[in-house]
Amino acid sequence: MNLAWILLFLPLVVAAVNQLVLKKTGLAPIVSVGSAVATFVIALLMLGKVGSSHFAWATIGDFSINIGIKLDQLSTGMMIVVTGVGMLVHIFSLAYMKDDGAKARYFTGLSLFMFSMTGIVLADNFIMTFIFWELVGLSSYLLIGHWYQKDSAADAAKKAFLCNRVGDFGFMVGILMLWGITGHLTFDGMKDGLEAFKLANPVIFSGVLSAAVLCIFCGAVGKSAQLPLHVWLPDAMEGPTPVSALIHAATMVAAGVYMLFRLQFTLGFEHFEGLPASTIIAWTGGLTSLAAALMATQQDDIKRVLAYSTLSQLGYMVMAVGLVSGEAGMFHLFTHAWFKALLFLGAGAVIHACHHEQDIWKMGGLLKKMPITGITFALGTAALIAVPYVTSGFYSKEEILAAAYGGNKLLFGIAVFVAFLTTFYMTRAFVVAFLGKSRSENADHAHEVGPLMWIPLALLAAMAIGSAWLTGPLNAIDPRLHAHEHLDGHYVILGASIAALVLGLLAGYFLYSGKDKDPVSIPLFRNRFYIDEIYDKGLVRYFQDAFAAIIAFFDEFIINGLIVGGLSRAAESFGNIFRKVQSGSLQGYAFAFGLGVILVVYFTAF
Amino acid sequence: MLLLLVFLPIAAFITILFGSPARLTAIATAAINLVLGLVAVSSWKSAFWAFSVPVLEKPALNLAFGFSDGMSVIMVLLSVIVTLAAVLSGKAPAGREKLYFGSSLLISGGALGAFAATDLFFFFAFHELALIPTFLMIGILGRGDRREAAWKITIYLGLGSIVLLAGLVWLANLTGTYNMVEMVKAAGSIDPVAQKGIAGLLIIGFGTLVSLFPFHSWAAPAYASAPAPVAMLHAGVLKKFGLYGLLRLAIPLVPEGLQFWLTPLLVLLLGNILWVGWVTISQKRLDLMLGNSSVMHMGYIFLAIAALIAFPENPLARSAAIVLMFAHGISIALLFGLADRIERNTGSLDLQDLGGLAKSAPGLAFLFGIAAMASIGLPGLANFSGEILVFLSAFKTYNGTSGLGPVQITCILSIWGVVISAVYMLRAYRNIFQGPAVKATEAAADLTFADRIPATLLVLALFAVGLYPNLLLNLLN
Repeated sequence: MNLAWILLFLPLVVAAVNQLVLKKTGLAPIVSVGSAVATFVIALLMLGKVGSSHFAWATIGDFSINIGIKLDQLSTGMMIVVTGVGMLVHIFSLAYMKDDGAKARYFTGLSLFMFSMTGIVLADNFIMTFIFWELVGLSSYLLIGHWYQKDSAADAAKKAFLCNRVGDFGFMVGILMLWGITGHLTFDGMKDGLEAFKLANPVIFSGVLSAAVLCIFCGAVGKSAQLPLHVWLPDAMEGPTPVSALIHAATMVAAGVYMLFRLQFTLGFEHFEGLPASTIIAWTGGLTSLAAALMATQQDDIKRVLAYSTLSQLGYMVMAVGLVSGEAGMFHLFTHAWFKALLFLGAGAVIHACHHEQDIWKMGGLLKKMPITGITFALGTAALIAVPYVTSGFYSKEEILAAAYGGNKLLFGIAVFVAFLTTFYMTRAFVVAFLGKSRSENADHAHEVGPLMWIPLALLAAMAIGSAWLTGPLNAIDPRLHAHEHLDGHYVILGASIAALVLGLLAGYFLYSGKDKDPVSIPLFRNRFYIDEIYDKGLVRYFQDAFAAIIAFFDEFIINGLIVGGLSRAAESFGNIFRKVQSGSLQGYAFAFGLGVILVVYFTAF
Repeated sequence: MLLLLVFLPIAAFITILFGSPARLTAIATAAINLVLGLVAVSSWKSAFWAFSVPVLEKPALNLAFGFSDGMSVIMVLLSVIVTLAAVLSGKAPAGREKLYFGSSLLISGGALGAFAATDLFFFFAFHELALIPTFLMIGILGRGDRREAAWKITIYLGLGSIVLLAGLVWLANLTGTYNMVEMVKAAGSIDPVAQKGIAGLLIIGFGTLVSLFPFHSWAAPAYASAPAPVAMLHAGVLKKFGLYGLLRLAIPLVPEGLQFWLTPLLVLLLGNILWVGWVTISQKRLDLMLGNSSVMHMGYIFLAIAALIAFPENPLARSAAIVLMFAHGISIALLFGLADRIERNTGSLDLQDLGGLAKSAPGLAFLFGIAAMASIGLPGLANFSGEILVFLSAFKTYNGTSGLGPVQITCILSIWGVVISAVYMLRAYRNIFQGPAVKATEAAADLTFADRIPATLLVLALFAVGLYPNLLLNLLN
């Protein structure tokens, strides 16, 4: 257990030391990378261990909020993802951020993130989850806003924090309700509490639990960027690309899925079968995956293509959780973390090589100039589009499709269509950026990145292919994983996914091969269904700000002006009398107060 | 020893009047008081802190101080921490050092006296004593519309004090004593009808002093206009007097009367959180925004008080309120102190005029960032520890079976306030510190080492309670 506490607090200590001591020494990056490697080693040592340990954090009488660690298959398996991807991203960042003026701040942020994410994964109670949930939001805010002098980066950071806050509003309410229902804040007692509640209140049980679960789901909607709070994630690409890989693709955004699965796992899966909340969760995920995939087909910024793809894949996972097949969602989370981190770091390498060019239409022909990056990017793409039998993404996506097939045929249809779209937009991005001729000077001069960057890419590529066979962490994540083998419709699912793959590849290749500009233009998708505009102009400007201005008006002119302003004006004229007699109003105040004191004496004495 | 703690600042004020170097005297006094306060935290149960001398025979009136419970200790601790930070970070206009630092000490002495007093008369009188220099400082050394701001706060708090006084006198007459300890022992002897009346007077009286909606209009202009140490001391410390009074007197003495006012109180506290929250969003200047935000956050402490009224057996609510009072006091003092630095270094507090200050003043940006994050309730900083306990206290009696009661519904609506605070705080941070630098911020100076000391003191307090709230809670158990 001591190791687990070290695992949790080492990154915090490193962040503090970096900020307070090492800021000006240039040692901060090395120390952060060292801590990331150390946490990965610890996570490996702890894999599959079971145990728990806690200390009281806030105690009032016999009530106590604890900070505690719960080690089980789920949490130790997830730690492999967090620390593994984290370590590679740290190493990659050494090269990527080499010339940045604020390296120390960047690595402090990364270490702070590692601390926060570890806390979410290891938490043994919901208050602690919430605490680290918010801290993850903070580290994401700091890292998105790393280049805070750019307006776009500063705005994106703010947007991310606020969207997450809106979700956390619901999350907090849900935690409070669940506490009321089960009588426990720690995961261990919740199941018994819930069952006692069910026995006592069989009629309202499903309604009350649904309400609490939906509130908690709000937290996941914010963090995992589901509709309608998805808008922050594409904007979050303003942060440095390694940050996008670690936080906004592999780990933090998956925290929502992890938390929902933890919730189901804790309370017992049987309570979620047929729960109205589960249906809503499944559809939220399904619709997010569809909407995001449609938006991805029309993006020109390589990072944005990947960002919408992340949204879409997160939608898959959330859908699986909603269908009470969270183990499929967790499996996909596990494989997705590696290949999506790979794709983002690959994009980072490309952006680095092309002098911060992110538009795929200004790239082209990069496969020849950057073969390692190109090939690893291709392998990541293969995993994302689920090339059968040889990539990890195939196995996890099959599990998701199987869950949808068994749960709701319409969602299954959507999921297969999304699989087609995924293949289509990834083929488009790869063909445009890596094949053909280079379309700009920056792309023309691109050359392969150094080993600090390509070694992480190669390792991630190996994981993109092989992670589905890593039985150690997988069994850990997912005790029920193989329950779905040989289920009905196995061939339907396989056939559908292969058809989606082939069609997507063909459409993407023939539509985009050798083109210099996008032959397809669908403004609705390009402009993200105008949701961002509706939020910015509608909700923020005309609703929130206008509403606030109206309230402020009433506050000033009604409450302040008429009701009490009358009193105050009366007092002022009272003061004016004194001013005429004496210079200045000092005596006026003193008099008003002296009067008060005299009154006190009067009342007390008589 | 409490006598020393209370009268040291007052004595120092007098020596300043007689010509001792103002700033130095103030800092030395505040530093000694901080040490005394820390000693008090470790040994408050010892009888050696208590003090009492008879002043009047009939009615029996004693100048009496003592730590009745952990709440007094925490409030004293808050006072001494903020006082030191306030006198360290304030910069007096040339030639006005005496008034500036003397008044600050007097406010501190008054607040300490009110929190340490165990006699009703001195409890009230010390608070009044602290208000006088507050008004003077705003009226004489204030910025902007200082005259109007000073009048407004004088009228409001004057009237509030009179209403409060009526309630206190009524209480004293019914219990037949001014000794607050004796009074609380007489709880239960007050008949329900009188309880209703007293509770109403105390809620309005104390409430006005804490800027309970709709008696809040004085606060924002007063804080915006006040010199930094006054804003820090009043918003951070003195304003907590009203909440302290409600917890110390109203809750134990007139529980049934408060029940009667529970629903109006829930509505009013939502007024603080939501109404004033939206007012805060539309502010264009940092000082007014901070002033309104401090009004808004009082709503959460009232929520804990409401939870305590609704379920008197609630073990969480009282501690939650006290932790949040401490946390808010520290964080708002830090914010006002740093806002003053922003104005001194850039010449403006208008959110439209600023931008990119983090580049030229990274230290200021870092510390202000911590203060802003504390104020929006980020875990790891003290305010979160208070807020989470407040929310839990409101839900303590919810068990799923009975549906949500009025306190729970109020709590849920209040939680929306954490979104509202994030909106205005991050917007302000974005406009002041981020984005490209503008003319006012290009060459702005950063904090010097000396400037960082008071801010660091407050930041340490925020981290201590935020990372491990049991540090405070252990004083209350």
